[in-house]
Amino acid sequence: MKVLKRESQPLKTSNDVVLARQKVRLWATELRFSLVDQTKLVTAASELARNALDHGKGGDMTIEVLGNGTKTGLRLTFEDRGPGIADLDQALKDGFTTGSGMGLGLGGSKRLVNEFSIESEVGKGTKVAVIRWK
Amino acid sequence: MERIPVLRMGPLLLITIQVDMHDNLALQLQDDVTRYISEYGSIGVLVDISSLEIVDSFIGRMLANIAAMSRVLGAETVVVGMQPAVAITLVELGMSLPGVRTALTVEAGMELLLGSVANTRIGSDNEGSQA
Repeated sequence: MKVLKRESQPLKTSNDVVLARQKVRLWATELRFSLVDQTKLVTAASELARNALDHGKGGDMTIEVLGNGTKTGLRLTFEDRGPGIADLDQALKDGFTTGSGMGLGLGGSKRLVNEFSIESEVGKGTKVAVIRWK
Repeated sequence: MERIPVLRMGPLLLITIQVDMHDNLALQLQDDVTRYISEYGSIGVLVDISSLEIVDSFIGRMLANIAAMSRVLGAETVVVGMQPAVAITLVELGMSLPGVRTALTVEAGMELLLGSVANTRIGSDNEGSQA
């Protein structure tokens, strides 16, 4: 699986979250994802970007086009150097939040994509990667 | 500072959300809605989201908050114009939006709000009640 294209978007302000959404929309449109798949990708991006900003104290989003000749996909990676997540299982549960949100960001994003991975270390930071295949 | 306009339509308030909402904008909107309901005695709030291409949990929470705050002040909220792709995504995201009623169009939303008020008016007789 090759990375055909890559772009980064810092996530330091709420305006960056807006830019992140717009970038994901642009790339998803260029790859001709269906409207519903585009919406799912942009929504997942919004959740994860917001998490990186609100919980992770700021981070970065990387967009990559993946391809191997037969399959094409979009991978979004959200990385922060925030406090990290102590209990990943708990964090993935619907309704669980350490903030004032609805607790749907992580678990919800996972449902909106085909592949989801999360790594986190307390005191070091968190990295979430999601992929949607065409 | 930019602000989402809240329009008064008789006993109802109409809000059209067209821009990407920042946190402050959302808080400002919640403030404005509650203030206008108190000031005008509005009995219903229509939130038009037909321009929104995505509704994430932040917006969802704002809508649920508006509905909850309005209800405490005696007004019902109806969200209208949800795009189909948004509806599909919301369900998969797992957002149930408690206390938020929906309608397809502004007109349908108005009927919903005005109809429900007519039915709860004290001492109302049965003439003119909805189908």
